[in-house]
Amino acid sequence: MTVIDHVHKASPTQRWVGVGAATVAWWALYSVNLPFWNWMIGDVVGLDLSTRLGSGVHFFFYDTVKILLLLAGIIFVVTVLRSFMSVERTRAILGGKAEGVGNVVAAGLGVITPFCSCSAVPAFIGFVAAGVPVGVTLSFLIASPLVNEVAIALLLGLFGWGPTLLYVGAGLAIAIVAGMVLGRMHPERWIEPFVFETKIGGHAIDPGMSLTWNDRIQMGLEEVGEILRKIWPYLLIGIGLGAAIHGWAPEQWFADHAGPDNLLAVPLAVLMGVPLYSNAAGILPMVEALFDKGLPMGTLLAFMMATVALSLPEMILLRRVLKPQLIGLFIGVVTVGIIAVGYLFNAVIPT
Amino acid sequence: MNIKILGSGCANCINLEKAARAAAAELGLDAEFEKVTDYGAIAGYGVMKTPGLVIDEQLVLSGRVPTAAQVKEILAPLV
Repeated sequence: MTVIDHVHKASPTQRWVGVGAATVAWWALYSVNLPFWNWMIGDVVGLDLSTRLGSGVHFFFYDTVKILLLLAGIIFVVTVLRSFMSVERTRAILGGKAEGVGNVVAAGLGVITPFCSCSAVPAFIGFVAAGVPVGVTLSFLIASPLVNEVAIALLLGLFGWGPTLLYVGAGLAIAIVAGMVLGRMHPERWIEPFVFETKIGGHAIDPGMSLTWNDRIQMGLEEVGEILRKIWPYLLIGIGLGAAIHGWAPEQWFADHAGPDNLLAVPLAVLMGVPLYSNAAGILPMVEALFDKGLPMGTLLAFMMATVALSLPEMILLRRVLKPQLIGLFIGVVTVGIIAVGYLFNAVIPT
Repeated sequence: MNIKILGSGCANCINLEKAARAAAAELGLDAEFEKVTDYGAIAGYGVMKTPGLVIDEQLVLSGRVPTAAQVKEILAPLV
């Protein structure tokens, strides 16, 4: 019998006792993480934590545990909350909205609706065939990967509320403006005709409606397992690079080449970010280490947004419904938006 | 019984098919499996989030991957 089967059959008492015990265990582990590794690396292994080697090794172990805990906790909570929302409900909400207001609502729904890029095409068809304007649909499709729950979890844990809210706000702004701009260009002509000919039939079932609490908790656990299984290699590489940057990278070099005075730093960060597409979890430990080295937040956020939002696999999928012109414009508008956000944050936030 | 798996072929659809096959085998069902990858056809069932599970032309589940035990619960009353 697996954990999932236990959850599926749990009584309400068993369920809430389980959730309570897991919360306490999570909190205890998170609290002892720093003192434990101070003791382990400093006293037991005997490394001086103020040296490059000591601080690099300490960063690696401490950060690995911290990030795993943050990911598990926040992805679980986000998945359970999101189980109340669905693509079907989003479409129903967007159905009567005009452009403008529609773009704003669509971007917000893109953040909270559970959604993965493999469903980009059926969702696109479903929205457009139901009469949601193309620009509004694009706002949804841009916001969904751009404001990413893994990135929110990590930013919150590593940098606190300020940068997290900036990230969410900037992501929403890019999705809203990009959707509006693309919507004004009469994008209908760049959509494969079969989308408009598709009749939505059947009785769509709303996956958010009939779930029990056991189902929601089970989905949360499955999602945590799935994401951790998928990203752990990237995570370890990212934290390893972060530890190396933390211990060895010369601060002066970064300040000279990628500091706030270098106007090319933001577009270069975006260009570097696109082919690195994996996920925020591999990137953020590096971002944390680079921020400690004095890189400005705007440049780092632009780098991270480029890695999560401009994903080649999703573009290839979207090619099934969008003609190359619209894909090109889509990439162009989102790239310009990310670069603008990078400059804006660099101007507003002191390093 | 006809069981259709809706989806473009990503990991989710493969896992759904595995769960459905396991459930059908456990119930001893004589089911024929079909994969639907055409997006027009998928939209035709009203699915916007893959994977989707269709039993005898009835959409019974979409947007998530169930366990074999859950598919069994869905299939059992249809036997």
